Amino acid sequence: MELLEALSAKFNYWIYVIIMMIGLYAMISKNNLVKKLIGMSIFQTAIILFYVSIGVKEGDTIPILYHDQVHPSHGDSHHEADTGHGEDHHPSHEEIVANLHIEPDDFANPLPHVLMLTAIVVGVATLGVGLALTQKIYRDFGSIEENEILESIKSAK
Amino acid sequence: MIDQSPAIILLAPFLLAILLALLGIKREWLCFPLVITGLAISVAASVVTLMRVIDEGTIQYLFGGWEPPFGINLRVDGLNALVALAVSTVSLLTAIYSKRAVPAETSDKVSQFYTLYLLSVTGLLGIVLTGDAFNLYVLIEISALTSYALIGMGSKRATLAAYKYLIMGTIGASFYLLGVGYLYIKTGSLNMYDIQEQIVANDLLGSPTILVAFILIMVGVWIKMAFFPLHAWLPNSYTFGPSTTSTLLGPLVTKVMIYVMIRMILTVFSPEFAFDQLDWSNIIVWMSVIAILAASISALAQTSLQKMLAFLIIAEVGYMVGGVWLADEMGIVGSIYHIIADAFMTLCVFLFAGIIFTKTGRRDLSAMEGLFTKMPLTMVGFLVGAFSLIGIPPTAGFFSKWYLIQGGISSGHYEYVAALLISSLINAVLFFRIIEIAYFGTKPAEGHGHHHEEERKDGPTEASFSMLFPLLITAALLIGIGLYNQEVVAIITDFVSQFNIGATIL
Repeated sequence: MELLEALSAKFNYWIYVIIMMIGLYAMISKNNLVKKLIGMSIFQTAIILFYVSIGVKEGDTIPILYHDQVHPSHGDSHHEADTGHGEDHHPSHEEIVANLHIEPDDFANPLPHVLMLTAIVVGVATLGVGLALTQKIYRDFGSIEENEILESIKSAK
Repeated sequence: MIDQSPAIILLAPFLLAILLALLGIKREWLCFPLVITGLAISVAASVVTLMRVIDEGTIQYLFGGWEPPFGINLRVDGLNALVALAVSTVSLLTAIYSKRAVPAETSDKVSQFYTLYLLSVTGLLGIVLTGDAFNLYVLIEISALTSYALIGMGSKRATLAAYKYLIMGTIGASFYLLGVGYLYIKTGSLNMYDIQEQIVANDLLGSPTILVAFILIMVGVWIKMAFFPLHAWLPNSYTFGPSTTSTLLGPLVTKVMIYVMIRMILTVFSPEFAFDQLDWSNIIVWMSVIAILAASISALAQTSLQKMLAFLIIAEVGYMVGGVWLADEMGIVGSIYHIIADAFMTLCVFLFAGIIFTKTGRRDLSAMEGLFTKMPLTMVGFLVGAFSLIGIPPTAGFFSKWYLIQGGISSGHYEYVAALLISSLINAVLFFRIIEIAYFGTKPAEGHGHHHEEERKDGPTEASFSMLFPLLITAALLIGIGLYNQEVVAIITDFVSQFNIGATIL
């Protein structure tokens, strides 16, 4: 029972380690160069899962403020304020921030998620370079099986 | 303008890379001047920045005026100002060398090659200058991705080597990224200095999360710097790639990653954590002893010049990792000085190897028969580089070894001192073997070698000016850095002494 609790409490983290090890295994032990790259992708995805899990809190929501949260008094008078501008008092940025009542615990931490956008781009770029190299290897050696390539290098010597 | 100097170091090669990608494809003649312009601006900005650091101390450069920890910043102190100057100078000298080598080796991809070249340099300079742990990861990947492509442009074998490098490099960078994630969980910050402040403020040094972060970051960085036994990707990548690629990456990539290790230990985790609390010094110094000896002995077994030099790089990585983990102020000063000295001596011998490869089209040692009479100036440049790697005064290599050995003695790691001396002896054997082949001329021709013999007699002549010039400049720099070692070491000591490394141990 305790084990089950420990597993479920940190479920994401257990899964990320397992996925990462699957990826690492594929990168190291697979013979096919494309399969190795698939392993690499799985490996990187596991890290993305880890980062996304960092930012999550229990009962949280997306870190976006809705209009009525920022301007509670204006709520419905939105259109009127638009037509009669100048007469209405527009609160300055500082005033808005001072009047906001936001509980940080209600929102997911956006920073790790944003970081992962960059990491996804890096991962895609790496995969692209890897596939391009695989293509060139196939053109040069006529195979993408590692043992066949190594044999053809040996026999060329 | 002067206030912007840290950013200009980075932005000059970056913006010119974009310009080159746009303009260079149709106008091949534009590529070389653009590359030289970008890197020359970068070198000038590095010199200005170093002067400013000496005068004013640490420089903070905020991007968009956002204060850290919210904004991204460059933070330049005595350590990275020196390394940035070394990186930009090495890449400028390599670019001069590439004038003839690149059109000869990758004739149909000149503009692509140079674009990647500039981006790779941007990544390396960024790694050195940034003050943000996550940006460091992105910049590692920028320099790595471009170097996979730069290596892959070489021969058949190079593509395979680049593929293996890609797999290993991704594992290394991913481990680093994971480590940063664990640091973020505990400290809520990605700025290196802010992480350190948070660790101290919340007394997190005993936390297992920080320990996991440290292990992941160290393993990641060791893979990227080819610390034995994680070096498997390096020798083939630097042997079969285009000669300009190996001349750029050979001196820089491993040294920049050693800089990252030093930065992580000193600035992010603090020496008290890495050296006193963990008490791993003994194990890691022994690992580096094994690395030095194994790599030096492997170098002896090589018949190809490039591959031999690649194994020497791995041995030098052992020097520097060991020097840092001596946990002694002198050892760390020696390691940092060795980063700079080794960047230039590796550059020197790789330039030589590149010249030999362009002139003879061969990589094996016997290609150098009788070169002293045919290419005297090239050989002079090579001799200085070789003497520096062996450690003969007054070259820079002698002084860096001197400081490292002093560190080894004062911290009582005699096994490290012994490994350094043995490795110097092996280097002497390696290079005097080349000198013998090159000086005492031709061996008896083997079998049907008569035809080759004649071809070789009037074959190689003195290298062209664009190749000779960087080689001789590098040789002069090696002697210069050696003679002015006290000035360089003064800057480094100034930086290292703020951490009180020797004092905390006693």
